Amino acid sequence: MVIHCEEVWREVSNYLDGEIDPSLRTAIDEHVRGCQRCAAVLDGTRNVIQLYGDERMLEVPLGFSQRLHRRLDDQMPQNRRTVLGWLVAAAAAVLVAGTIELSRLSVWGRPDLRSQMAHHGNGVPGNLMVVVAEDGRLFHLAGCSFIHEKDKLRTMTAAQATHDGYTPCPRCLKKYLVST
Amino acid sequence: MAERATSLEYAGEQRDEAALIRRVREGEHELFYELVRPYERRVYAAAFAILRSEADAEDVAQEAVLKSFKHLRQFRAEARFSTWLLQIAVNEARMRKRKAHAEIMEPIADREDSEGNYTPRDFADWREIPSETLERKEVRQKLAEALLGLGQIYREVFVLRDMQHLSIEETAKALGISPASVKTRLLRARLMLRDLLAPGLGGAWSSKLSFAKGTKPW
Repeated sequence: MVIHCEEVWREVSNYLDGEIDPSLRTAIDEHVRGCQRCAAVLDGTRNVIQLYGDERMLEVPLGFSQRLHRRLDDQMPQNRRTVLGWLVAAAAAVLVAGTIELSRLSVWGRPDLRSQMAHHGNGVPGNLMVVVAEDGRLFHLAGCSFIHEKDKLRTMTAAQATHDGYTPCPRCLKKYLVST
Repeated sequence: MAERATSLEYAGEQRDEAALIRRVREGEHELFYELVRPYERRVYAAAFAILRSEADAEDVAQEAVLKSFKHLRQFRAEARFSTWLLQIAVNEARMRKRKAHAEIMEPIADREDSEGNYTPRDFADWREIPSETLERKEVRQKLAEALLGLGQIYREVFVLRDMQHLSIEETAKALGISPASVKTRLLRARLMLRDLLAPGLGGAWSSKLSFAKGTKPW
């Protein structure tokens, strides 16, 4: 089967999505081998799909989920709020305990920072689970797009990270840097 | 792409959503958090695709989730909860946009739903682009700008299908259009994005990078 460029362009999506008749696929493959323009269109479109398919390309704003849940909390009937109230109180207690632990570490002297330009965080819950890169200077929330060297990550508590000289990421932990 | 279809379906099946929905309806309201959690990101993405504003998208996403909680009794079991939730988000976003008269600011291409063939304009050759390229804010920014340059009807299909990985059928249901329209718009969206990005990804941006002489990063 011999096909023309226009037909290739019409079938680019179906070709890349694997939704194409095998004989048409073969014809397109043969055409593309001898047509630089169609090869460029096919490769470029494949790249578009791959790049935009990366989750970093559309991130929800920081704190989105928490704000959504707060609004939902307000909508929940009162009788259920008591259960939630206990959960919130328990979470708050854990946060307070974590903060106290972090303060305790601070009383013994702040650790040497890994960067002179960095800032200590303020009020980071000590038991907050964070990730650090071996050669990095910051600690992050998991999934933060500022994380580099994703293959060398370690998970630890914020207290441990602070103790080791890491400082809060200015993006995902921005709120802890405001009043430092 | 058959294997791409959809983590949404998988999540729904694994969790036995029907049981979750029944329990929320029967009064275990706190389980609603668990019900919507896997879809929060998609609801936001759908709203953002239409509104092009983070703040408005977040507000609409919240409204949509609240509405789905409030009207959960109206949800019919033969539909997917995720699709129903996305339909609410899409409707909310479209209403918000109409109220704001934002269509005035949309690209011209948005006002026409051309079913004709699309002819690529740029034939710059790209090699495979490593996903590490996205570490660079400048590249993410260029991609985001190109996406926002698409007309709404193309952008909303592209975001749901290629960025949120919904199936053709799910995308069609969420947007209230036919699967054939999804395919047509998706093809045009992909080709238009390729045309918008080809000059940069084919050369101009790479000139600012320290790659070996004579090679492109992609």
